[in-house]
Amino acid sequence: MSLDLPLTRNVRPDRSPTDFAAYEANGGYRGLRAVVGRLAPAECLQVIKDSNLRGRGGAGFPTGMKWSFVPMGDAAGPGHKYLICNADEMEPGTFKDRLLLECDPHQLIEGMICAAYTIQADVAYIFIRAEYHKATQLLRAAVASCYEKGYLGKNILGSGYCLDMQVHSSAGRYICGEETALISSLEGKRANPRAKPPFPQVSGLWGRPTIVNNVETLCNIHHILERGADWFKALGLTEDAGTKLYGVSGRVKNPGCWELPIGTPVRQIIEECAGGMEDGYTLRGFLPGGGSTDFLTPEHLDLAMDYGTIGKAGSRMGTGTMIILDDKTCPVGFVKNLMEFFARESCGFCTPCRDGLPWSAQVLDDIEAGRGRPEDMDTLARQVEFIGAIGNTHCALAPGAMEPLQSAMKYFREDFERHISGGACPFCNGGAH
Amino acid sequence: MSELIPVLSEEEITEIDAEIAHVPYRSAVAIDALKIVQAHRGWVSDESLQAIARHLHMSADELDGIATFYNLVFRRPVGERVILLCNSISCWIKGCENLQRQIGEQLGIGLGETTADNRYTLLPVTCLGACDKAPVLMVGDELHEDVDAAALRELFANSGGDA
Repeated sequence: MSLDLPLTRNVRPDRSPTDFAAYEANGGYRGLRAVVGRLAPAECLQVIKDSNLRGRGGAGFPTGMKWSFVPMGDAAGPGHKYLICNADEMEPGTFKDRLLLECDPHQLIEGMICAAYTIQADVAYIFIRAEYHKATQLLRAAVASCYEKGYLGKNILGSGYCLDMQVHSSAGRYICGEETALISSLEGKRANPRAKPPFPQVSGLWGRPTIVNNVETLCNIHHILERGADWFKALGLTEDAGTKLYGVSGRVKNPGCWELPIGTPVRQIIEECAGGMEDGYTLRGFLPGGGSTDFLTPEHLDLAMDYGTIGKAGSRMGTGTMIILDDKTCPVGFVKNLMEFFARESCGFCTPCRDGLPWSAQVLDDIEAGRGRPEDMDTLARQVEFIGAIGNTHCALAPGAMEPLQSAMKYFREDFERHISGGACPFCNGGAH
Repeated sequence: MSELIPVLSEEEITEIDAEIAHVPYRSAVAIDALKIVQAHRGWVSDESLQAIARHLHMSADELDGIATFYNLVFRRPVGERVILLCNSISCWIKGCENLQRQIGEQLGIGLGETTADNRYTLLPVTCLGACDKAPVLMVGDELHEDVDAAALRELFANSGGDA
């Protein structure tokens, strides 16, 4: 029996985009027709809640619960309500949303229309990073097709429901992926995250109720509304529901991105999909879901890739795209690269992040360059403790930056110590070959 | 030098005003306006910045705070094409430092520098979301995957740089 993989059914081997005609010919916009004007928004919300869909951007927050905080009807007050698609994919090692955006742009738009209908938003934005040039062009063309067909604009399919959609090309900076920073950026400001509460559901874009969801999350919506919560729950292998785009990069034979039932074992993804390690390389560890997740090790290979299981193992499933640490790559250099990334991408608003991350990067650079001192390990441990604690910083960027560091110090401590005692990187060439 | 003219062209104003039509107040299009002017002029000079700020009814200093925040808004001149070199983790594992070194040898530029013939500027960029094809870089709007020494030689074959 072939697997039911709703998200990638229109993804072709050559990754050429599925256009409007091909999308509709393969059942596209059927969900939209079944939902808009046919189901009440409250019914849609209940289905999404029952489906146990969790946000695919990295945090894994239940989507239905997130939406349930949006004020409905008169409670929303006068003015717009907004749905924003976060297509600002920039998490190090993450390359899943690009696949959905470039190969099947209409799937995202159909999902967004159904999501916007559920929360009764009348304006939707796709916030996309500027470097995703091809995807931006495809999305703009797809939005235009939908206006022509009456799937966007006034009185969609005669239902009385109206929705406008715009594609917003961003201007860089990783922090824009944080949902309140994204809202600041969409308002034309510096992308500083905002204090919560108020939550965006109540006071988001221009002070109005706003939902921000990841690309992959939104691509699921019309499938769930059309086929039901039970269908979606049955797709998962464990307690989590649906499928997930998993990716593997690093020194594996066949790096890539695949849609699989959520809860697929890590080993199957790395060894079967990605073909195992390149010849001459051994797996020492992996970040399960992007650059701000904790290392796991070969002992964790038989775990299910789902939110709960990976969380219990001391990491996070994050974006589901794994980065492999092999035995010829320096763990200190690896973490230093990530720390320099996060230090560069700090928005600069709060002190622990603005000043703390460059300090951590400096200590790691000293160790990597052979200038490390034994007490540097204590300094790093203190930084992990203070910067890594949620609540000490304005947003989750800096605590996320501490996750690979703290777990590297736990699993690869002897590598740090060899750098310090030997006065040089034992992996040569800075760790990368 | 059009980029030093302290007024916006009619074309720029038309494009910026089209954005303003969608938002509740003029300064909300600050980033779009910076990108529009940059698309016409290559970069955002002090003169351009002041012209945009006037058009959006905001202070030039506030706009500069926004312009300098975003790494794809250029407040200094860049070459005809910008090379965005991904140096995030998956590309680092696959040797992006070697690519940077070779670009330095071929074009005579390091990060943040522009070739003497003004053809290329080299900048680092956040993970480009093509980690299965690492190492990657962009030249202008075009993504280049699985880049190696031979690919770089071909890509910049006609550019001697100033080395």
